[in-house]
Amino acid sequence: MNDDIVARIEANPKYHELVRKRSAYSITMSILMIIVYYGYILLIAFNKEWLGTPIAPGVVTTIGIPLGVGVIIFTIVITNIYVRKANTEFDDMSAEVIREASKK
Amino acid sequence: MISKSTRNLIGLTLGLLATGGVLAAGADLGNTTKQATNWVAIAMFAIFVLITLGITKWAAARTKSAADFYTAGGGITGFQNGLAIAGDYMSAASFLGISGLVFANGFDGLIFSIGWLVGWPVITFLMAERLRNLGKFTFADVAAYRFSQTPMRSFAATGSLVVVAFYMIAQMVGAGQLIKVLFGMEYIYAVVIVGVLMMCYVLFGGMTATTWVQIIKAIMLLTGATFMALAVLWQFGFNPNALFAKAVEVHPKHLAIMSPGALIKDPVSAISVGMALMFGTAGLPHILMRFFTVPSAKEARKSVGWATTWIGYFYILTFIIGFGAIVMLTQNPEAYYVPKMVDGVQAVGADGKLVWDGLKGGGNMAAIHLANAVGGNVFLGFISAVAFATILAVVAGLTLSGASAVSHDLYATVFKHGNADSASELRVSKITTVCLGIVAVFLGIAFEKENVAYMVMLAFAIACSANFPVLFMSVLWKDCTTKGAVAGGIVGLLASVVLTILSASVWEAVLKNPKGSALFPYSSPALFSMTAAFLVIYLVSKMDNSKQAQLERSLYPAQKVRSETGVGSSSASGH
Repeated sequence: MNDDIVARIEANPKYHELVRKRSAYSITMSILMIIVYYGYILLIAFNKEWLGTPIAPGVVTTIGIPLGVGVIIFTIVITNIYVRKANTEFDDMSAEVIREASKK
Repeated sequence: MISKSTRNLIGLTLGLLATGGVLAAGADLGNTTKQATNWVAIAMFAIFVLITLGITKWAAARTKSAADFYTAGGGITGFQNGLAIAGDYMSAASFLGISGLVFANGFDGLIFSIGWLVGWPVITFLMAERLRNLGKFTFADVAAYRFSQTPMRSFAATGSLVVVAFYMIAQMVGAGQLIKVLFGMEYIYAVVIVGVLMMCYVLFGGMTATTWVQIIKAIMLLTGATFMALAVLWQFGFNPNALFAKAVEVHPKHLAIMSPGALIKDPVSAISVGMALMFGTAGLPHILMRFFTVPSAKEARKSVGWATTWIGYFYILTFIIGFGAIVMLTQNPEAYYVPKMVDGVQAVGADGKLVWDGLKGGGNMAAIHLANAVGGNVFLGFISAVAFATILAVVAGLTLSGASAVSHDLYATVFKHGNADSASELRVSKITTVCLGIVAVFLGIAFEKENVAYMVMLAFAIACSANFPVLFMSVLWKDCTTKGAVAGGIVGLLASVVLTILSASVWEAVLKNPKGSALFPYSSPALFSMTAAFLVIYLVSKMDNSKQAQLERSLYPAQKVRSETGVGSSSASGH
């Protein structure tokens, strides 16, 4: 019986749409994360001076610190954005695909 | 004011980071000196032990089947599991190590925390729901889903056990070093206490007890660290710039603590270490196992969402704590520093001030001393107990994942060909737990005087070069075959081990070869070993046109339906 459901899901264009949309979304998010992280690491490797520049004259806080904390916050935010979207929009699509496959 | 040996310590810390890059994750706390017995800390820890043993008793009543033992019957919620994952990840040394690193070098500590965090989104985007949908008890369930069981499971169990072993040695040695400074007790006590308590949790309470121990510890650690960070910020009117300004004024390196230092030495190492951290996290068996404790893919995603949030928050706190320690510990050097003695009296510097050696108990004690500075002896006891409880909880998680690799992958699938009943599988995992506990104690004793700095980094390198590529390709690439996956995994495993041995952190620091003689010049093998693993998986799978390979490829669409939609996935409810 399970095999039938799998075959029906496979035949449903909505399933392929779900896979396409979700993969595109998660790959985009992964690439964004990789760019932000490696961007920061390469800045450290190649331009330490700039990161060590104060954010304003007469202030000791350097550009690197809010930028670094920013990477941490970005990581938290991007993860939770994905979780929210996957748990609502994509899960609804997935539930619909399963419902259609089960009732036929 | 701060003398040469502090600089040596900073140099050593940096050296370890540059070569092994591990201080933060593993419990490598270096060699510590035994301190006076701290009864408050011991009492606090005793309370923690009593509560957790009570939970273990409660959990034991619920741990009847193999599913209860491995995955708490799948009854953990996303929020709870998120805290447990965060607990697994926020080890004693990421607390003490990162704050100690910030205390010594300022900015560089931040680079490290970021590295440890960025693996989480990648796990969330690419792995979390697929793991949950395909797996049952171990990550081998996922990797071997459509493949020939015996070779895949044997490989995955080996990968798990090797990673667990290296991670475990670092934790046990860290526990021994910590107990000397925190409780003022002997090294060997720590190793035995950790071994025995961890066995109790795992043996009687299985995943339920291990998870709750982890949750309680995570809450204690987050609460303690939040209190310390707020206490520091409150002194500066919640103005971080004022905190930084004061730190720059009193730190021996002055303005240098505000910009990146020597942590990143060359771009290749930077990228390689970054890869080990980012993808290694997705190959750690004790972390992967947590995805099977929740009832659905939805909850699995929520778990990582929460875990990432807590871990990121925690790293921001450790940064503030490190800077707080710079400011507050130097105000009262008599309490926290070792005096620099010359001919029986404390040395006086050219500026007429007394000269101090490094922190009492070593450079990783910055957060512990700060606890005393902001909250007195009782809070110091609390933070010390939390630090020790942290190691205990992480070791319990490691043991459980090692035991499940042996009982579920090797015993039930490889030896019994899937015909083992739940009761005998459970028995094997309990026997393995006892064996692992004993082995861990012996390893802890054997490695007491050894330099274990490279071990956690090695665990991450193996996880990202052996476990992660196999898992990733088997789930996401339709042409992957058993031969390809196993060959690639073995190449990744060997390459990461061999290149680590040939790098400065083992070749020079452990094997005592002359400085500069290491054949492999970079800080982490990941860039090369992980690439090699993927390449071999690709090439061998492409060349594999056997009947078995064709069968495996034909099974991919069904696997994909299950991994994407969760249809047919084990409901994980063992009842």
